[in-house]
Amino acid sequence: MPERTMAATEIARQAGEGARAVPLSGHVGFDSMPDQLVNKSVNHGFCFNILCVGETGLGKSTLMDTLFNTKFEGEPTQHNQPGVQLKSNTYELQESNVRLKLTMVNTVGFGDQINKEDSYKSIVEFIDAQFEAYLQEELKIKRTLHSYHDTRIHACLYFIAPTGHSLKSLDLVTMKKLDSKVNIIPIIAKSDAISKSELAKFKIKITSELVSNGVQIYQFPTDDETVAEINSTMNGHLPFAVVGSTEEVKIGNKMVRARQYPWGTVQVENENHCDFVKLREMLIRVNMEDLREQTHTRHYELYRRCKLEEMGFKDTDPDSKPFSLQETYEAKRNEFMGELQKKEEEMRQMFVQRVKEKEAELKEAEKELHEKFDRLKKLHQDEKKKLEDKKKSLDDELNGFKQKKTAAELLQSQAQQAGSSATLKKDKERKNFF
Amino acid sequence: MSEIVPPEVRPKPVVPAKPSHVAPPSGAPFLPSPQGTGGEGRGSALLGYIGIDTIIEQMRKKTMKTGFDFNIMVVGQSGLGKSTLVNTLFKSQVSRRSASWSRDDKIPKTVEIKSVSHVIEEGGVKMKLTVVDTPGFGDQINNDNCWAPISKYINEQYEKFLKEEVNIARKKRIPDTRVHCCLYFISPTGHSLRQLDIEFMKNLSRVVNIIPVIAKSDTLTLEEKIEFKQKVRKELEVCGIECYPQKEFDEDTEDKSDNDKIRETMPFAVVGSDKEYQVNGKRVLGRKTAWGVVEVENPNHCEFSLLRDFMIRSHLQDLKEVTHNIQYETYRARRLNDNGGLHPINSSGHDTQESNL
Repeated sequence: MPERTMAATEIARQAGEGARAVPLSGHVGFDSMPDQLVNKSVNHGFCFNILCVGETGLGKSTLMDTLFNTKFEGEPTQHNQPGVQLKSNTYELQESNVRLKLTMVNTVGFGDQINKEDSYKSIVEFIDAQFEAYLQEELKIKRTLHSYHDTRIHACLYFIAPTGHSLKSLDLVTMKKLDSKVNIIPIIAKSDAISKSELAKFKIKITSELVSNGVQIYQFPTDDETVAEINSTMNGHLPFAVVGSTEEVKIGNKMVRARQYPWGTVQVENENHCDFVKLREMLIRVNMEDLREQTHTRHYELYRRCKLEEMGFKDTDPDSKPFSLQETYEAKRNEFMGELQKKEEEMRQMFVQRVKEKEAELKEAEKELHEKFDRLKKLHQDEKKKLEDKKKSLDDELNGFKQKKTAAELLQSQAQQAGSSATLKKDKERKNFF
Repeated sequence: MSEIVPPEVRPKPVVPAKPSHVAPPSGAPFLPSPQGTGGEGRGSALLGYIGIDTIIEQMRKKTMKTGFDFNIMVVGQSGLGKSTLVNTLFKSQVSRRSASWSRDDKIPKTVEIKSVSHVIEEGGVKMKLTVVDTPGFGDQINNDNCWAPISKYINEQYEKFLKEEVNIARKKRIPDTRVHCCLYFISPTGHSLRQLDIEFMKNLSRVVNIIPVIAKSDTLTLEEKIEFKQKVRKELEVCGIECYPQKEFDEDTEDKSDNDKIRETMPFAVVGSDKEYQVNGKRVLGRKTAWGVVEVENPNHCEFSLLRDFMIRSHLQDLKEVTHNIQYETYRARRLNDNGGLHPINSSGHDTQESNL
């Protein structure tokens, strides 16, 4: 089997850092490498995550059902949600020997609120959360990246309401916020409401608005020759005008998926009726792998870079000595410990201060108490003295009175005696008289 | 009839049929899908052909465009035919034969590591092949620790990859210089493994995928070969050395049975040659001796084709994956957890704290 040899210049270009190209003199067999790689991936299974953003009632769930030819679970949501929530469902599909873990995330309540300023926030948070989970896994010491269930959003289908005029400001704002985080594929939902001529004008208006607002939507890759042509044609058909339907109608002698109106039937898979086939082609059959790769190499790397820079890591310092993540981490850790210690010191000092103050206060109070006590004591003593004086004087008085009393009593007794003697005398005298 | 070797039938791995056309128009053929159930996740019955299996084709195209890296290291005493074997394996002059050195060249005092890269292309698939040679291994009188420079080199490559991976702004495709496969050449003594062989494999089998081969096996008769192989296998088992394919990494029973068959025939008794001779009207690679021509690609003569099929045609990707998912991850975990590590290459003098980013 003659091997295809590339032109020497091409091989030399591939050589890169000084690797010479050598011709082979026989069949070696490493051209089975892509097959080996593919087989391993097939054994492993694939995963694909789609995010559907759009107002309630635009047919997101129906379109997903139509795209993947199944009836996914769930019922239509109500219109009275207080905020935008994201509901995700995972399904396992299998076709021939390819197993696909498909996750579909739906925005519930998008565009239903009166004040829609924060509608985009929950979507952005969700996407970031998936990136964060992957980043955490990647930064672990013991990690199992090759068996990690990748939940990062690979494609975001943005559903545009078929007004026929232009994009709503909510659409512009949301897409602007999402374009650096996820691959956006805008589609016009329920496009059977627009006539063909209006549709062309609508598409042009949308594209020009997106361009003038600097919204980066996903461009199908055109660097691989086998798909470059079809991809560039499709790039011109964006946004795709789709119609979804899970009901089947008999057309001719076949059952096709369609929407039946009194004036005709819109066939989902008829390229003249809508761009559904193009969407399916581009999303699944041609570019699924590229969408996954873009998510990993562009959006995820951007997120990672921003996140790590935010955390304070940097790649090289001015002396051009490359830091390792670990070193920076050590430095940060030491810094943090230092800060911690400083804070501890401060707190300790504050505590000491407070204690001192309290002590001083208490001392003051003690002193006051002492003074009061002294005063009271003195008062007490004075009172006591006064009372004693009074007592003394009273005693004196009492003594004096006693003396007087005794004196008086003596006198009285003397007087009595004298009286009695006097009476005696008197008696004598009387006697004498006689 | 300018063919050098008759085209071999390549074992084509099972790959599902790719859709030959790109866009089926309306009225797409409803192919009945064999299974429509899911695993623990919610299953959904498929009602028609979606095209999920085209992802295989998309993936294949992408990998063919980017090309592959493969790094192989050859270790063994000088004169065992290492460079010849690598040249025979890859059918090109990727390794310089030391026989071309002049006698005045100094025998290296320590084991040197020489790596040379080439780009080879086959069937639209480009491969950057790097051959790492280790002249001086086992050639000194005192061979103590002669595997240390090899070990250091391997760890340096892991370190390089780790540093690149840990960068904030990192390259799209981190250049992969890690050694995916190490071919260890056993001298065909017919007795048993040498002490040096055992020591080397003991120290390195946990760090890199080692495939032992019996070099210059045309000096062994069939019975001697069988006996020698058995002895070698026994000795490896006794010393607890696990060569590639390691038993613990077998993913499922199919893998296990395939790999068991391989393990039964290891180590491969090979003969290398880049000269061609005429045998039975065909030109074959071989070694011409007075008593006949040893055909390299004849499975009756030696096991070169077994080695080639095993290493290149069926397990090439697996070698890379085991290196990346297991050997590299082990190194990384150890490195990030290190307490005053044993790596001589560590110039940053990392601290001893545990780091769990």
